Parts: sequence; C-alpha cells; structure tokens
Amino acid sequence: MTVRLQPEDFDVAAEVAALTRGRGDIGAVVTFTGICRGAEDGEAIAALTLEHYPGMAEAEIARHAAEAERRWALLGVTVIHRYGRLTPGENIVLVVTASSHRQDAFAAAEFLMDYLKTRAPFWKQVERGGARDWVEAKQTDDARAERWNAPGRDAAE
Amino acid sequence: MKLLYFAWVRERIGKAEEEIDPPAGVATVGELIAWLAGRGEEYQYAFANPRVIRAAIDRNHVRPEAKIAGANEIAFFPPMTGG
Repeated sequence: MTVRLQPEDFDVAAEVAALTRGRGDIGAVVTFTGICRGAEDGEAIAALTLEHYPGMAEAEIARHAAEAERRWALLGVTVIHRYGRLTPGENIVLVVTASSHRQDAFAAAEFLMDYLKTRAPFWKQVERGGARDWVEAKQTDDARAERWNAPGRDAAE
Repeated sequence: MKLLYFAWVRERIGKAEEEIDPPAGVATVGELIAWLAGRGEEYQYAFANPRVIRAAIDRNHVRPEAKIAGANEIAFFPPMTGG
C-alpha cells in the first residue's frame, strides 16, 4: 500500500507502472483521478486551496486502504492526495487499485473515493471573484459513503 | 491537552492550536465544545452550531459523547471536503 500527501503533481502512468512492474498476477488496474474544475454552479473559479490535518490525513487514508484490502482481493493500492493551492485543470487526488479481476479493483476504487470525500481530514477553499469561501460538505457525498456500511455498523467507528 | 483547529473553525478562533486545561467537570467532547464556546466571542462564533463541528481525539474521528480523559490531542473542524 502506498499513501502519499504532497503539494506537487503526480504522474498517473508512473504510479500504475510502479504498482504493476514485474507482476504476473495483476489482471486489472483501475485509476481514478480527481481534477480541479474551472467552474462551480456555473460560476468560474480561480483556484482551490486544500488544507489538511497532517498526521491524521495519512492515517485515515491508510486505515481505509487497509479496510479496502480486507474487503476485496486487491494486489495493490496507491492513494495520492495533493494539498495547497491548485488551479483549474490540475490534479487533486489519485486512487489506483489492482486486482486479478476487474470487479475488486472497481469496487475498491469507488469505496476509497467515497470515504476520502467524507472521512479524510481535508478542506477545500474556493477562490472566485476575489473572494475565498470554504466549500460546504455535500449530503450526497455522506450518502454515498454511508452505503458501504453494513446494517447496524457505526459510521463513526 | 493540545487543541487543533482547522478550516473555518481555525479562522473564526484566530489560531491553529493551543494548550488548554479544562475544568474537571468537562468530561466529553460535547462538553468541551460547550466550555470552549464560553471562552469568548471568537469561540462562540466558531462553535455556534455544534452539530456541524467534527472532532478527532489523537487523530481518530470521535462522536460528541466520546470521553476526553487521557487525550493528548483533540482537533475540531468542519465536515470534510477532500477528494
């Protein structure tokens, strides 16, 4: 498992190659890249600034990557999350999952992204029209993360 | 214990971290929030709506009823918006 937080960009192809090089057992790799949009709600934005909780952010992502490894037959997981000021078109986050067959890699990548959105301690601030506003959490993101919980399971644990 | 604040909680309080020594009657995260809110205008502003405040003890998410005894580091922040 590889988890990195960094201000600098990442190279998707290089990260996939690092995960699969020399492996004969991997038959599927899923990558998800989150990118800074140039507009929110029809209004142009100048940049996003991502704040994070150093120490906890890495630990929380690693906990969920470990949970993904328990739930699915994964042969590799890489999560890279950038922080700092990012402009439209720049990469924000990368999730790479590898498995023998595609179902496990697809499901694990979606699970990781749903949890990153709602449980990893990052906060986005958007710059537009000379103002800076904190992005509000979306209830739809909470609902997407919640559906991975088995019935009766405490989401805060 | 050390308190950390992030995003608009940090901005409203006007600092990123501080050392505090809450009175003995403050036993849970929820009680700590109520106690902090009484420390001044900036804290009252930050904690005006406790339902939107998230907390972590020693880098693990916790609920308001979590006990704070033995905690080294407690963080308060808004709902997360990463990814």
